[in-house]
Amino acid sequence: MSFLTALDILVQSMLLASAPLIFTALGGVFSERSGVVNIGLEGLMVIGAFSAVVFNITFAGSLGDATPWISLLVAMAVGGVFSLIHAVASISFRADHVVSGVAINFLALGLGVYLVKDWYGAGQTPQIPEPIRYTNIPLLYDIPVIGPIFFDNYITSYVAIFVAIIAWYIIFKTPFGLRLRSVGEHPLAADTMGINVYKMRYTAVVISGVLGGLGGGVYALTISQIFSAGTITGQGFIALAAVIFGKWHPLGAMGAAMFFGLAQSLAIIGSSFPLLADVPNWVLLAAPYALTILALAGFIGRADAPKAIGTPYIKGKR
Amino acid sequence: MFEGFSRFQKILIPLISVILGLIVGAIIMLVSGFNPIQGYAALLKGSLGESFYIGETVRQITPYIFAGLAVAFAFRTGLFNIGVEGQLLVGWVASVWVGLAFDLPKVIHLPMAILAGALAGALWAFIPGILKARLRVHEVIVTIMMNYIALHFCNYLIRYVISDEQNTTDRVPETASLKSPFFETLTEFSTMHYGIFLALLGVIIYYIVLERTTTGFELRSVGFNQNASEYAGMNVNRNIVLSMLISGAFAGLGGAMEGLGTFGYGFIHGAFSGVGFDGIAVALLGGNVALGIVFAAALFGILKQGALIMPLESGVPTELVEIVIAIIIFFVASSYIIAYLLQRLKKGAK
Repeated sequence: MSFLTALDILVQSMLLASAPLIFTALGGVFSERSGVVNIGLEGLMVIGAFSAVVFNITFAGSLGDATPWISLLVAMAVGGVFSLIHAVASISFRADHVVSGVAINFLALGLGVYLVKDWYGAGQTPQIPEPIRYTNIPLLYDIPVIGPIFFDNYITSYVAIFVAIIAWYIIFKTPFGLRLRSVGEHPLAADTMGINVYKMRYTAVVISGVLGGLGGGVYALTISQIFSAGTITGQGFIALAAVIFGKWHPLGAMGAAMFFGLAQSLAIIGSSFPLLADVPNWVLLAAPYALTILALAGFIGRADAPKAIGTPYIKGKR
Repeated sequence: MFEGFSRFQKILIPLISVILGLIVGAIIMLVSGFNPIQGYAALLKGSLGESFYIGETVRQITPYIFAGLAVAFAFRTGLFNIGVEGQLLVGWVASVWVGLAFDLPKVIHLPMAILAGALAGALWAFIPGILKARLRVHEVIVTIMMNYIALHFCNYLIRYVISDEQNTTDRVPETASLKSPFFETLTEFSTMHYGIFLALLGVIIYYIVLERTTTGFELRSVGFNQNASEYAGMNVNRNIVLSMLISGAFAGLGGAMEGLGTFGYGFIHGAFSGVGFDGIAVALLGGNVALGIVFAAALFGILKQGALIMPLESGVPTELVEIVIAIIIFFVASSYIIAYLLQRLKKGAK
């Protein structure tokens, strides 16, 4: 295998595998920056994948080519609404964020598979009729050598990178972002300055739901193309790992998600690379998780979480 | 979980959560065109209706007790062990491995296999424990990540080390098996095994260690307030590690129950068994006390076992029970709002 072919395969599978992780990890960044732990990212992806697949199957006949894109919008909307459960529990009902997130994960998977069994009479949906397809990016694709390697992929992968840049701009360059971060660092101080802590946190969690749903939808429409109990297995937790590995920074999270996407695709295509053929498959599969532990332990630079993370804000209590 | 609530509320909140969970389940059945009464009747029949089903339910309860104890033990000492699932998996593989690797009389072999499970679980929990104690790394994320590492690592061991590139290992020999001919004849050949006695023994040990020993007092004290415990001369770091070790050992024992009892072999897991995660719900619902965990594990055993028969008897998909469990966790977690509403109700009555 020539170097260029190898690079081509690597870049393509990395971009494909990392797009859902990038979207979901960005969702995690928003939520955690506001001080709400979101272990429920996995569940948000599940519900996003579920709604995208069901919508795609139901409306492919009438919507034609537009189906996958509208499916993604539906996944975003459903993810946003679903995340309200986590928001209500962890912000208003003062539930432990981790426990509430665990409940979200259970609920999403249970509800998704329950409805699939009820509607389709089987443990999994049929294949979606209108998946997202490969596209060449015009102009950029014509660049010699680089073009075919980097600009021949699913459009969602480029959108993911674009959204990461927007997220960076919102969080670090706008008043909204400043408020978001202040609520996650020191809610009492933010409240004193007239920022509505509850409203900010609700907004952040819903954004994480929208992005998590989008991540799940993208995974379903590009990679799995069906929905079953085994569609999303750990993607949400890898996204969470990317949030931490990326030090709660949108671009960092994007980089980490891409790295994890690469690791994931290596686990699948690794055997075709002579250099990696000797590495046991499980090492590559477990790499994102192990690296996160190392990052947290400070071996790969210190990663400090927002200070008020995981603590419910109770107005009037110091 | 229920600190600061009255004794009455501590019992009432889980009860209300269970009832609310069942009500939401009933509503979902109604909306999707099933008869909830039929659904729940099928669930009860499938878990307690025949001696075979009762046997299967007890078998299901066994690992739940261990998983619940594991989560609860960490909880009581101020730690959140989400890694029970991973610790359970390594315990499962280790116990089966020892079961297959040796040829010994049963009195030595079986305890050795069980201990191997406990040891492996403890070892797996040691990593988040030591990271928390030494580097203040939050155990929640580390244990989640350790789950996935365990999943892939165990699958690798089963395929390439313990078996000859197979998806399952051989069955453990009779000398390392928890299978019980007595229970088999009693329950029309269900998979109920002797593990339930070990689980109940575990509950007693949990109670004694936590409530009746100095070590237990120290562990709980660290859970309540690290600074005060440090000031009182306790070694906080040592207690954190010890707590994780014991918690992991309980989880590993849960895995040994599956490996030596229920299945009698190890197999490649495409996804998590779910028992460890359900352990979080069991511990929460049981209020992290010994007796509460037994009741909560029994409830989850009944729900999970009954759910398997539901589709045949009433057409309701098995996953309804997952939804009910999720709702129960949701309400237990939101106990603040339930306690608040209870208080309002009381005032209203006056």
